[in-house]
Order: sequence, then structure tokens, then C-alpha cells
Amino acid sequence: MKHALAAALIALACPAAADTTVGLLLPASGNYAALGQDIEDGFRMAIGGAGRDDITILREDTEAKPQTGLTRARKLIMQDRADVLVGVVSSAVLGAVRDVVDGSGTPLIVANAGNSDATGKDCSPYITRVSFSNDQLNRPMGEWMAAEGIGSVYTLAPDYAAGQQMIGAFSDAFEAGGGEVIGGDFTPFGRTEDFGPYLAKAQASGAEALYVFYGGADAISFVKQYDSFGLRDQMPLYAVGFLTAPLYLRSQGEAAEGVIGALHYLPSLDTPENAAFVDAYRAAHDGDLPSEYVVAGYDAGRLLLGALDSGAAGREELARALPQVAYTGPRGPLEIDSATNNIVQNVYVFETVSKDGEMTHRLLDTIEAVRDAPNGCEMG
Amino acid sequence: MSVFWTLQALNALQYAALLFLISAGLSVSFGLMGFVNLAHGALYMLGAYIGVSIAGGVGFWTALIVAPLAIGAIGAALHQGLLRRIAGAGPMPQVLVSFGLVFLAVEAVRIIWGDVPLTLDVPKALSGTRIILDTAYPSYRLFVILLGGAVALSLWAGMTRSHLGAAIRAAVENRDMARAIGIRTERLFLAVFTLGASLAGLGGVIAAPILSVSPSMAVTALIPALIVTVIGGLGSIPGAMLGAVIVAAIEVFGAALWPDASAVLIYAALAAALIWRPEGLLSAGRAR
Repeated sequence: MKHALAAALIALACPAAADTTVGLLLPASGNYAALGQDIEDGFRMAIGGAGRDDITILREDTEAKPQTGLTRARKLIMQDRADVLVGVVSSAVLGAVRDVVDGSGTPLIVANAGNSDATGKDCSPYITRVSFSNDQLNRPMGEWMAAEGIGSVYTLAPDYAAGQQMIGAFSDAFEAGGGEVIGGDFTPFGRTEDFGPYLAKAQASGAEALYVFYGGADAISFVKQYDSFGLRDQMPLYAVGFLTAPLYLRSQGEAAEGVIGALHYLPSLDTPENAAFVDAYRAAHDGDLPSEYVVAGYDAGRLLLGALDSGAAGREELARALPQVAYTGPRGPLEIDSATNNIVQNVYVFETVSKDGEMTHRLLDTIEAVRDAPNGCEMG
Repeated sequence: MSVFWTLQALNALQYAALLFLISAGLSVSFGLMGFVNLAHGALYMLGAYIGVSIAGGVGFWTALIVAPLAIGAIGAALHQGLLRRIAGAGPMPQVLVSFGLVFLAVEAVRIIWGDVPLTLDVPKALSGTRIILDTAYPSYRLFVILLGGAVALSLWAGMTRSHLGAAIRAAVENRDMARAIGIRTERLFLAVFTLGASLAGLGGVIAAPILSVSPSMAVTALIPALIVTVIGGLGSIPGAMLGAVIVAAIEVFGAALWPDASAVLIYAALAAALIWRPEGLLSAGRAR
């Protein structure tokens, strides 16, 4: 009797068995649909691997449009009462949902969007990022290229928040290292399919190298068009590593050979954690290699599991527990910077090479534990 | 600097050739049947996907012929089965139904071919670059210019020299009168719609080696093609040619000279055309 009463009291006092509702906020259509699918696959892989049945996963399509993303975020927060949101591919969508996430106190694990402001001047204790920030990838690449003795570059990127931040961070670091950005263009986002006019401008600029950021379908067509214009011999191509990421490499084929990029994850990384991860993913996906998006989705899942395992439940506790989680995963050591809630991780500089008839990445350099400056972030 | 301008002029011609293939069918069926077929962009997208699949099996050159035929057949079926029935229903049902078809086609493509964009390799004979006016230019893009030019010339010749062309021009001019003098307009509509669909399919196949093939093609191609149709004038092949060259030149030289405004320049041209020449520069038939 005594025991039964105690059990009942405990059960009332801590409803620990309460399910956790996760709202996935990912594009299922448009240029970034494939990225959204990869993030979801990675996230489900982490949750499935833990064998928990107390996590409900809801999915909403942001269409990579800020207005749609905001509507769907509101639905997940208010109607579905999600405990935690995971996702956001586009930086513009992240900018749009930032206030509703912060205002409602719903933790958001950002699994892609690199918007530097979200862990800079617009940072929030409710926003934790496990992907990367635009600064984090481009600053080391600017320093690295300047140190390699490249004197001048021409830049190209799509005309939206991520493109501008990436090129801005790169240019600052590259010029601080002694290089010169001779010129550049921001191409209309979602409307430019033919980069011919811009490649002709880059060629005419006389710069030593080309530095670009493109993702999605643009990444494939850009690399193929760069190759078809015969620019390879005149202007080597450097890029934010997304350009020749695993997701696109098979479609790009030989055209991608020689492209040098920087990224936070490569499927060819030689660590036991990564080998196990790659094997598990390949077994479930017809031998395809996991992309950095799968890894970001996976790490978002691992971060959530880590927070749940520490005993946190509900929005407020999860928001506090998420940034405390640190572990070594597929991409190497990973921790969350308590000053900004942004990830601290290695950045890998690689060359895209052809090996045994298959395109792969050859590691050139590892820049360890890259941490962003707070950039005006003051946690509330 | 002259190399730069030669490159940009060739880029503009290449884009114009592609735009013409997409717009020709849209413009003529618009002028002939008064039908706003927004599904035209979906036919272009399907042409690219089917072309990639065929080229993967039996090579690019077969795909170049078979995929447009397949799209022509799809177009014909679409016309007979659905669009013909709403042709007289006024613009709103036409826009809604044909745009609905775009969504259906995009979802079908995603189910069949997946989300990851596809590519098509340039055929061996057209790989590499060729020197034109001291400028190295991709051989494949030169081929696109030549193909677009050849199609434009033969369509123009067909419209001005053949019986079918005369019948089309008569029907664009005055549909009822054409019917009264014995032109079987229903069959004419079907033939024109089928030909327009195949041309869109052809555009899709030849675009595939340059662009990456993704569902977004259905909409990205549609907007410039509609602008070409409005600027050039409805129902006129020379109008579609002129419109394609104008839109391509604005896009390419706009990107080169004034990149900040390049996203809005063609809309400015569209607005200018609607204000000063609402019937289009080379409109066939009665003013609307």
C-alpha cells in the first residue's frame, strides 16, 4: 500500500513518460527539396537508432519561402504544441521564423541554414545550431586561400541572405590575408539557370581564381557550365564546399574535377565514428554516400537525444539542455558555443578528385575547432 | 574587351534559341485558340526528363528525336482529353486547370525521377569549345543556336508557304470565317497544339545538357516564355522570334551591364510592351 502510494505520487509529480513532439520544418518542394529529404533521413536515423517510441515527428513544408516557413512554424508551435522544432534549410526562412521561435520559447535546432545573424546579433537562447554558420565556413577558406598565395578572385553567389553573408565573410578574411577581390556578382536567386553571362564577366575580369557559393540544382549546372566554357585552365574554381558536395558529385562527374572547397563534413573522413555512420547510411540507401545534410539532420537528432537523456522535458528545459550536449560524431568533435549557441567544429579543406572512375574528395587541410566570434550576440 | 562582347552576344543568341522553342507553341496556340496554356512549361520540363531517360539508354541523338515526339503525343492527349473541353470556358478556368496540371506534372516527376536534379552529358561530337570570332565558345551551345535558328526558319517558311500555314493564319485572323470557308479548325487546333508541345519537349531536351534538370523548370521557363509571347505578339512566328531575341538580349546584357537590376529588367520590358504595344510588336490577327 505504501509502495503503491509512493508510486502514484511519483507518477503525478513527474510526468516523465510524456511524449516529445518534434516539428520538422523542411522544404519538400523547390530547389532545396533534396536537402530537406536528406535532413529528415538523418534525423530519423538518429531517433530510430536510439530505439525510443516516445518521440512523435511531425513534418511541415516550408517550400524554402520565408512567408510559408513562418506560417508553418506558427502552426507547429501553436496548433501542434511541438516541444522542439528541427530544420530550416534556407537562411531567409530562418530569419523569418526567428522572432516567433524566440517569442514562444520553443527551442529550434537549426539543421542547415547558415544565417550568421541567427547566432550573432539576432541570437536567442532558443536557437541552437548543429549545421554551420556562413561565417564559419567562409572565413577559414578566405584565410587559407590568401595563405596559399592566391592574389585575386572574382566572386559569384545567389542574391539572398546566405549568398551575401558567405561572400562577405570570405572577402573580409581573404583581403585581411593580403588578397584582392577584383569583382563579383550576385545572381538573381531562383531565376538564374544559365550562368554563361556571369562566367563571361568573371573571365574578362582577369582575376586569378573564381570563388563561388551555389547549392541545389544550381550547384550542378554551375559546375557543368564552368567546365563547358573551358575556364578550368584560366581560372581555377574555389567554392564553399556545398558546390561539389556528395549529393551533386555524381551528376557533375568529371566536370567537378579540381574544384577546391571547404566544408564541415566529408563522407571520406577517416574516423571510426564516420566509418560506422557511412556504413549504416549506405546500407539503408542503396550504397549512396551520406551528404553533410544527412549528418546535420543526424546531429540534430543526437543533440535532442542527448538533451532528453539528461532528463530535460518540455520546451523550457530542452532549450537549456540542448546547448550542453557535446560528443564526437561523424564529422569529428562537436560542441555548442555557450556564448552564441552555434556549433564549434572542424572545417575541412578538400579537392574534388577522380579516383577509380568515381568522383571523391581528397583532404588538403583540417582547420580544427572553428569558433565564430559572438558578432554582437548577447544571450538573454 | 571584344572577346567579352562576342561571348555575351553568343550567350544571348543561345538563350534566344531556347526561348523561341519554348515560346513558339505557347504563342501560336494562344493566338489561334485564345487559350492560355500554363501547362506548356510542364511539357518543357517533361521533355527534359524523358530526354534524360532516353539518352541514358540509347544516346543523345535518339533522345533528341524521340522525346519531342513523346511530348507531342502527351500534348495531343491533353488537348483531346481535357483542354479542348474548357477552351470555350473563358480565361479563368483555363488558367486554373492548366496551372493545376503544372502541379500534377511536378509531383509526378518527383515521384518517378526523385528530388535530386538530373544531368545529361553533352554528346561526344559536341563536347569542348570551338573558336568563333577569336572567342572560345562551347560547341554544344553553338549547336543550340543553329538548331533554334533552323527550327525558326522552317516554322516561318511553313507558316508563309504551306497550305497548313495559310489555314493557321486564316484561323488566327478570324476563326469563324475560317470555319465558314471550310477550314477544319478543330483538327487545325490539335495539329498546332501537338506541334507546339513537341517544340517545348525539344526545348527541354536541348536545355538538359546546359541546365540541371529539376522540377523547377516547369515554372522558371514559363515566365520568360509568357513575356516573349506578350512582347512579340500572339500567334505570330516572327513575333516569337523577335520576342525571344529581345528577352534574351535584355537578360544577358542586363546581367553583364547592370546586374543589380537584371532581375527586374524583363518585367520593365513587359510593362513597356503592355503600355505602348499591348497587341505585341508583330501581332498576327485582330487586335485584342
